[in-house]
Amino acid sequence: MGNVIDLDAKNYKSLLKNYIETQDEKFLYRAEQISKSFLKNNILPEEIVNLHMQALDELYPSLSGEFQRSMNFLLETMISYGLAHQEFQTLREEQLALKSQIAVAASMQDTLLATSKPNIEGLDIGVISVPANQMNGDYHHFIESNDGSIGIALADVIGKGVPAALCMSMIKYSMDSFPENAMQPKSILENLNRVVERNVDPSMFITMFYAQYQPKDNKLHYASAGHEPGFYYNAKRDKFEEIEAKGLVLGVSLDAKYHQYNLHINKDDMIILLTDGVTECRQGERFIEREEVLNVIRDHAHLSAQEMVDRVYKYFQRLQNFQLRDDFTLIILRKDV
Amino acid sequence: MNLDINVTNLNDKSTCAVAGEIDIYTAPKLKEAILPLTKQKGQLVEVDLENVSYMDSTGLGVFISALKSTKENDSQLKLVNLQDRVLRLFNITGLNEIMDLNSTIHGGK
Repeated sequence: MGNVIDLDAKNYKSLLKNYIETQDEKFLYRAEQISKSFLKNNILPEEIVNLHMQALDELYPSLSGEFQRSMNFLLETMISYGLAHQEFQTLREEQLALKSQIAVAASMQDTLLATSKPNIEGLDIGVISVPANQMNGDYHHFIESNDGSIGIALADVIGKGVPAALCMSMIKYSMDSFPENAMQPKSILENLNRVVERNVDPSMFITMFYAQYQPKDNKLHYASAGHEPGFYYNAKRDKFEEIEAKGLVLGVSLDAKYHQYNLHINKDDMIILLTDGVTECRQGERFIEREEVLNVIRDHAHLSAQEMVDRVYKYFQRLQNFQLRDDFTLIILRKDV
Repeated sequence: MNLDINVTNLNDKSTCAVAGEIDIYTAPKLKEAILPLTKQKGQLVEVDLENVSYMDSTGLGVFISALKSTKENDSQLKLVNLQDRVLRLFNITGLNEIMDLNSTIHGGK
């Protein structure tokens, strides 16, 4: 590094001389280039002033004593800037370290919470889940049971980032520990509610929608813990209806009870589940209305469920200038036989 | 967007007039203002949300922790003048069933 400084110091001196003699702007431009090299090599402001003083001294030995003393004075005033720069460097290194730790945590989360779309004959499933930051506070999970039914869990932890992600892992492990015969939507929510209530900070809560689809009788059983309402598309009447399901968010009241609802699904009907990252999308000051989501789905209804969710995501991503404010999860189920 | 909180105290009642947007950035300020009030035994804490045009789930979190605190400290929490968009959040999450809400204002400003 010493060589770089020496080289730049020589350069600096000759540029300074050229500029003073010709006042040609190209030397100013080259001075700017040198400052980049200084910055890259962590040369502090007071060192540059010092360099300047030396160069001047060599080029114009007859400069007044007052002027030289004023340069000493300037040098002292630069010292705090030098310290600030060093601090900035340290912070930048620390930030890089943190970032890489979070990246490791995020990939652990991906592994822990991994779920795969089940292959159920006659049911077309589309899923997209995109975190606003590195770690996702939305959670979805598919569970295939021995009796041929599938469970679909969709949850949203209040807040974003690392705390939300830690909370998700807790949900996942609790669900894994439930015995299979407890897998009724309402009992799942009641059990989870107790786990969350006991284990999270009072200002934290989770919303969750749990559905169980039984292909044998085309019935969807579901319950909601304060989750953003999804939609049911009735193909025969070509109409979207809000899936109404009442229930308190998880983690607020230890004895919360959940009601279980049923829905009969016919050919081409759709179930649309989402998190509030979808409906809380904002375009500048304008809020995206829930109907708008449905219009986009309707426009792409001829595509497969996966293509539909991808298109809806792209649509809202474009509206928000590709800056997601919140985690975004959308699931579409369509009965295709 | 900022959040302004104006607290007035009269005997056992504190009124917090809140104005602005409650989100992940402003929620800590709201929590700091409300939570200590709910820790006073017998206190009625009334939060006026007439001038809150937007609230996200972090805001709900603040009110949930305030509600839990009222139960521990024998105080009361009441939310008044909720705009429709804000009220909808309480309705969806089922919190309307366990919180004292009074929404007389309808529609946005």
